[in-house]
Amino acid sequence: MKNKEKIGVFICHCGTNIAGKIDIKNLIQKNSGKENLFFFDYPYFCSEPGQTFIKEKINQLNLTRIVIAACSPSLHEKTFQKVAQEAGINPYLISCANIREQCSWVTLDKEKATEKAEKIIFSHINRVIYQEPLFVKEVEIIPRVLIIGGGIAGIEAALQIARSGKEVYLVEKEPSIGGHMAKLDKTFPTLDCASCILTPKMVEVRENKNVKLFTYSEVEEVSGFVGNFKVKIRKKARSVNLLKCTGCGICIEKCPVKVDSEFDMGLSKRKAIYIPFPQAVPQVPVIDRENCLWFTNNKCGVCKKICPFSAIDYNMEDEIVVEKFGAIIVATGFSLFNPETIYQYGYKRFPNIFTSLEIERLLSPTGPTSGEIILKDGKIPQEVAIIHCVGSRDENYQPYCSSICCLYSLKFAYLIKEKTKAKIYNFYIDLRLTRKGGEDFYNRVLEEGIEFIRGKPSQIKMQKDGKLLIECEDTLLGKIRKISVDMVILSTAICPEKSTPFLARILGLSLSQDGFFQEKHPKLAPVSTMVEGIYIAGCCQGPKDIPESVAQAGLAAAEVISLIDRKKIEISPIVAEINEDYCSGCGICIELCPYNALEYNSQKIKAKLTPEKCFGCGICVSACFAGALSLKNYREQEILAQIEGIL
Amino acid sequence: MKDIKILGFLCQWCAYQGADLAGTSRLTYPPEVRVIKVPCSGRVSSHMIFKAFQKGADAVFVAGCHPGDCHFKSGNIIAEKRIKVVKSILDTIGVEPIRLDFFFISASEGVRFKKVVEEFYAQIEKLGSLNLKNGK
Repeated sequence: MKNKEKIGVFICHCGTNIAGKIDIKNLIQKNSGKENLFFFDYPYFCSEPGQTFIKEKINQLNLTRIVIAACSPSLHEKTFQKVAQEAGINPYLISCANIREQCSWVTLDKEKATEKAEKIIFSHINRVIYQEPLFVKEVEIIPRVLIIGGGIAGIEAALQIARSGKEVYLVEKEPSIGGHMAKLDKTFPTLDCASCILTPKMVEVRENKNVKLFTYSEVEEVSGFVGNFKVKIRKKARSVNLLKCTGCGICIEKCPVKVDSEFDMGLSKRKAIYIPFPQAVPQVPVIDRENCLWFTNNKCGVCKKICPFSAIDYNMEDEIVVEKFGAIIVATGFSLFNPETIYQYGYKRFPNIFTSLEIERLLSPTGPTSGEIILKDGKIPQEVAIIHCVGSRDENYQPYCSSICCLYSLKFAYLIKEKTKAKIYNFYIDLRLTRKGGEDFYNRVLEEGIEFIRGKPSQIKMQKDGKLLIECEDTLLGKIRKISVDMVILSTAICPEKSTPFLARILGLSLSQDGFFQEKHPKLAPVSTMVEGIYIAGCCQGPKDIPESVAQAGLAAAEVISLIDRKKIEISPIVAEINEDYCSGCGICIELCPYNALEYNSQKIKAKLTPEKCFGCGICVSACFAGALSLKNYREQEILAQIEGIL
Repeated sequence: MKDIKILGFLCQWCAYQGADLAGTSRLTYPPEVRVIKVPCSGRVSSHMIFKAFQKGADAVFVAGCHPGDCHFKSGNIIAEKRIKVVKSILDTIGVEPIRLDFFFISASEGVRFKKVVEEFYAQIEKLGSLNLKNGK
C-alpha cells in the first residue's frame, strides 16, 4: 500500500437529503485522526463555494487523492473530476461514493444508513489508493451526421444541421420521406393542413445541397464511437434509376397490377410501380418486386418499354454504402397499435370500423374518398362513435397513455361533424388535453353538440340491420348503455416502431419499459442517450405530438452542431492493457472481445491489443486466467480493495 | 443473529442506473445489500466473487442489462454464463450455489431492482449466514 498518499474525504450533506439520514458528524468524529485521512463535510459540495472549499483543502493540505461521498457518480462525477483537475490532481485519482441514491434514500433506519454510508466511503478510500492517473486522448470529429428516419423529426433535424453547413445523410426506409405526418389531414388543435406545412420542408430537404437523401434504404451495421461512427447503409433496389427518372408517371399509368396502397392504409389501390403519394420526395417511383409481374412471372415489362428515359432497371441490385459519421440522430417514429388483437371490438370482422390513420386518409382530400366520410356502401353515416384509448392505458396491451389520442379524437369529432352532420359519441376514460390550445378546442367541440360518454366499451356487435351496437358502462350515470351507430373509429395507441429493438442492438441503446428508446435523463438530457454521439428525437422516444417532435429534433440538431463544432472530442482512457509477459496465448480473450480489439499474434503466440478499438468493457480481463489483461480504472486490485472495504 | 451481508456487482449502464432510480423514487431495501459499480457485468471475474465470499459476504449477485441491451453487445450474456460456472464451483466446495445469482435489470427498472434484491435477501436470510471454515 502506498502510505505517502494523503486522502481527502469530502462528505456532502446534500441539504437534508443525506444529512437527514446519515449522522455525518458522528461518522467524521469516529474516523478522524486516522493516518493520512482528512475528513470534511459541507452542505452542498456541488455548489460553487463547495467546489472552492474542496480546491482550498487540496492546496492547504497537499491532498493527493480524493473521495467524494455524495450523490450518484452519474450526476456529479464529471463536476468533481474537473474540480480535482483545477486543483492539480489527475481526475482519475478521485472516487465517488454514492451515499444518496444508494444509501440515504433507500434506507429507513438512521443508524443502519450511517453504518452503510461508512462502509461505502471506506470501500472508496480503499479503492482510491490503487487508482492511477490517466490521461484522455483527443480524436477528431467527422463533420458528417447520420439521421435515421425521414418523418417530421428527422426532416427538421436534417434541415437544421444542413443549414449550419454540415453534411447530413438522411436515411428513410420507405420510398419517400414524410413519415406519418404526410398521411394526416388536419392537425389539432388549430386544424391547419398537415401537408401544407410539411411539404415545403420536404422540398427543402430535396433542394438542400448538404442533405444526401437515402430513401428506400436501411441502416444495417454500426460500429465505432462518438466522432467516428462507421455505418453500413443498404440502399434497396428501387428498380428505377433516380438520376434518369423525371417522375412523369407514365409507367404508373400503364402498369396493369393493382395492390392495396400502404399509404392509404389499404383503403385504395396502387400500382406495382408507384409513387406512394402525390407530394412524395423524391418524385421517383419504385417497383414493388413482390407484386410486379416481371419479377413474379417474368412477364409484362410494360414500364420498361414505355419509359421515355430508360430509367427502369430490372437488374438493379441492393447497393451497400459504408460511410463515417461524427454523430447519429435516431428519429424512427412509431407504429400504430393493431386493434385486431382486441377481438371484441370487431376490427376487420365487421365493416365500417376504422383506425385513426384510416380516418385520416378518409378525411384527406387526396385520400381514397377525396375527403368524404362515407360508409362501405357509399352512404353518409348518421351516427359515429369514437372510442378512445384503444390499446393504450390497458394492462392487457400497452399500459402507458398514448398522449395524443384525446386531442386527435376531438379533431375527428369536429371534422366529421362538419362534413356529415352526424351525431357523434366519444367514449373516453379520462380526457387529457394538456397541450396548448387543448382546452379551447374541447370547448369548441362541446359547442358543436358532440356527446361524451365516460366509459370503455366492452364490445361491439353487428346488428341485423347492418348497424354496429356498442355496449358500454357509462361510469358517470352508473348505467349500462347500448348505442347503435353506423361507423366506429378506434383511437389506436402509438407503439414502438418495429425496427426499434434491432436498432437498439446495433446502436447500443437501451429501451425503456414501454419499448421506446431510453433517453439519458428524462428531464435534463431528453434527447441524449447513454451512447455519446447518438441522439433520439420524436416518437421513437415515446408518444408525442408534432410540436414536441419538432422541438426534440431541434434540440438534437443543436446538440449535434455543438458537438461537431468542437472539432475534437476527448475519448475515455478507460481501456484494457496487456502484459505480454504473462500472456499464454490461449486466445480466450480474442473470442470474447465484442469489438475485435484483440487479435492473435501467431509469431509471438500471444494476444495483441489495439487500444483504439477498445471500449473498456473488461470482458477480456475477467476471462484472462493468466492475469495478463487489466482494465484501467477498474483493475483487479482496485475492485478487490473495494470489496474488502464494503463488507 | 449476525446480519446477512450481500454484495452486488452492478453494470454501470443498466443495473447501477436502476439502483439509482430506486433511490430517486425513494424505494427502500435492506441496508445489508451493498453494491460495487463495474463498467459491464462481464468485467466481474470469478476471483472477485470468491474474494467477496472470503471477506464475509453471505451472498453475491451480479446484475447487467437485459439480453440484447448490453452496452458492450454481449457482456451480460458472458457474465450470466460465467456465474453458472462459478455456481458449480461453489457447489463443489460446499457453498450453496443459490448464494450467487445473476439478474437482468435495466436502467428504467427501479421497482424491479428493489423487488429483486428484496427477494434475494429473503432467500439468503432463510439460509442464514455463510460459515467458511478457513476464511480471512
